[in-house]
Amino acid sequence: MPRLHVPQPPTRPGDKPDFSYVELSPAGAINKPDVNARARDMEDCAVGLVRVLDDKHEAVGSWNPRLDDDDLQVGLRHMLHTRIFDDRMQRTQRQGKISFYMRSFGEEAVSVAQTMALQPGDMLFPSYRQQGAYLVRGKPIVELMCQLLSNTRDMCKGRQLPVMYHWNAGRIFSISGNLTTQFPQAVGWAMAAAIRNEDHIAATWIGEGASAEADFHHGLLFAAVYQAPVIMNIVNNQWAISTFQGTAGGEQRSFAARGPGYGVAGIRVDGNDFLAVYAVTQWAAQRARTGGGPTLIELVTYRASAHSTSDDPSRYRPKEDYAHWPLGDPVDRLKNHLIARGEWSEKQHKDLHAELDAQVAAAWKEAVSFGALNEGPRLDRLLMFEDVYKEFPENLRRQREQLDEEIKLNAELGFAARTEAPDEGKVG
Amino acid sequence: MAQMNMIQALNSAMDVMMARDPSVVVMGEDVGYFGGVFRVTDGLQRKYGEHRVLDSPIAEGGIVATAIGMAVNGLKPVAEIQFADYIYPAVDQIASELARIRYRTAGDFTAGVVVRAPSGGGIRGGQTHSQSPEAIFAHICGVKTVIPSNPYDAKGLLIAAIEDDDPIIFFEPKRIYNGPFDGDPNKPAVPWSTHVKGDVPEGYFTVPIGKCDIVREGSQVTIVTYGTMVHVCEAAAKKLGLDAEIIDVRTMSPLDIDPICSSVKKTGRCVVAHEATRFCGFGAELSASIQEECFWYLEAPIQRVAGWDTPYPHAFEWEYFPGQARVALALRAAMGQE
Repeated sequence: MPRLHVPQPPTRPGDKPDFSYVELSPAGAINKPDVNARARDMEDCAVGLVRVLDDKHEAVGSWNPRLDDDDLQVGLRHMLHTRIFDDRMQRTQRQGKISFYMRSFGEEAVSVAQTMALQPGDMLFPSYRQQGAYLVRGKPIVELMCQLLSNTRDMCKGRQLPVMYHWNAGRIFSISGNLTTQFPQAVGWAMAAAIRNEDHIAATWIGEGASAEADFHHGLLFAAVYQAPVIMNIVNNQWAISTFQGTAGGEQRSFAARGPGYGVAGIRVDGNDFLAVYAVTQWAAQRARTGGGPTLIELVTYRASAHSTSDDPSRYRPKEDYAHWPLGDPVDRLKNHLIARGEWSEKQHKDLHAELDAQVAAAWKEAVSFGALNEGPRLDRLLMFEDVYKEFPENLRRQREQLDEEIKLNAELGFAARTEAPDEGKVG
Repeated sequence: MAQMNMIQALNSAMDVMMARDPSVVVMGEDVGYFGGVFRVTDGLQRKYGEHRVLDSPIAEGGIVATAIGMAVNGLKPVAEIQFADYIYPAVDQIASELARIRYRTAGDFTAGVVVRAPSGGGIRGGQTHSQSPEAIFAHICGVKTVIPSNPYDAKGLLIAAIEDDDPIIFFEPKRIYNGPFDGDPNKPAVPWSTHVKGDVPEGYFTVPIGKCDIVREGSQVTIVTYGTMVHVCEAAAKKLGLDAEIIDVRTMSPLDIDPICSSVKKTGRCVVAHEATRFCGFGAELSASIQEECFWYLEAPIQRVAGWDTPYPHAFEWEYFPGQARVALALRAAMGQE
């Protein structure tokens, strides 16, 4: 008799953390295939786990990207910067200064190492937890903060929820609140690069939960059919809000293994191993740039933070999970590797932390001088009506005038003026 | 009777129906163990098991499609779309499939799926957590579109929806999940315990689908509205000292037009109001249907209150949201006081 199988996470609040379900390979165990290998001939990469850093913090195996000390230190700086920025923005949300925030705590190696392994002309289509890409590409964090504040320097002119950044000049596409939409869009961008005979490639990110959307299939299918120069990343951080990765289909086979099913190269990588993440991205970029087609990369990591400031993960998973995560912490692991190489110290790390902390604090001070959601200078409300179309249509011209009448009536009758939503109004 | 907010009332509706009817199943993103991001399905999985309260993959098209298959095989699925803003990947399954199965098979197959989705703004949710897409679904023949404005109606309508043999798109104005909201965000939040419709029977009862509700009788002007705007319109009319008759549409399709037209014939003046964007919004249908029947009774043009014709902005929430001032301007115009 058939029986419905309902995937369950191994642990719930109050249970002892248990990550025995995560299939691991020792560092160096998976061989690096030729950059033009056929997807079907490298399936070990899609089901094993590419790792470079071993338990002694040394880099081993054929995937070792052999980065020099400077690059590693830059990577460490960007990851730490991302973490400190995230922590501070989380606190400002708690203080009511911004309406919403999403941290990338525990996943910093993904966006930082991957963006570093790409070229500045490559186009990124991130999801909402790849803020590290902005830092690597040199976006001043004060500009990100202005977006979070919806203030007078907000790149989105007050129209978007916090963290939904974009940066055309930096070649980073607009983040959407709707999941997975960017995944096939990146494929289209890459198809255009090929049509236009450009060398640039595209890279895109989704979470493992978002791989359930039909757009995931569209992306893989079009990439496979047209052999588009694109890197498609699934950040498997185990949790999609409260939904365990098994509910997205991770129980039966790795997410990376979906690549070979479409004839697309698949690689499953230790997402908290900076060197391994860098190496597989570099490999996939070379493959795409030399006409070898797309790669699907699954980055195995852990969402150490809540999904967002509206989420409380202690309701659905053990509080101390992250301390037991078998792949450790990406910042600690790169730090320990650099120390093992004799190129870093606890003292240097502490100093860097203090330096970045001060930078972030100064940037925040500057950002709020351009206004906040509920205080200081404010965007012109009439901006709300612009950019719906290139030309300003008649219905919006009338509505813009009507808003002026409303504002006058507000004053006359003592109706609501500018204010914040109460705490009860929270978004997922 | 018990004091319930809208979340508890909706939860109670599903609880009552799951206890009465073993074919009722609940599915959606985060609805099981976690109980939903707004807690509407809280406790149901504990009570009815994981085969009747299913945590689904993040795939709205998949949720509605599998719900159709389940319904065809004798279950009564109540599917949650986490935010109405995320319903679009499911629109093909709703518009091309769910809505037409009865028609295209001459009644040989039916799929009485209920699709629930929190909708509307006022929670600083930006453009992907604030939309009011009800007109899109009201435009689709073969699905019924429902929006309650209080806990009592929410429970009664959801039970009626679960019992209905036709598919229902059930929007829940999330701004009033925890209490009525009159459009003034400067005031402290008010709980449902202060409102008469926060008194809800604990057991089974229904509120009929396809029937509007005269929330307040009045003589000077008829306000036709639904969802959060019922409360905003009541407050605005009171502020202007108007004796307004306020009608809560509750079901957009099929529309209960007769009581609305009787009211407009009585008052001779009419304002229609919703949060959704104005152009091709449900207010356009209301306005057209009312003038067809009431033209010779109208003392002034029917006025429409709506969100501006832009995506829902984050920073300008209260300039975008159709608050009391926008309603008041429309009321003044309808009263000839411009």
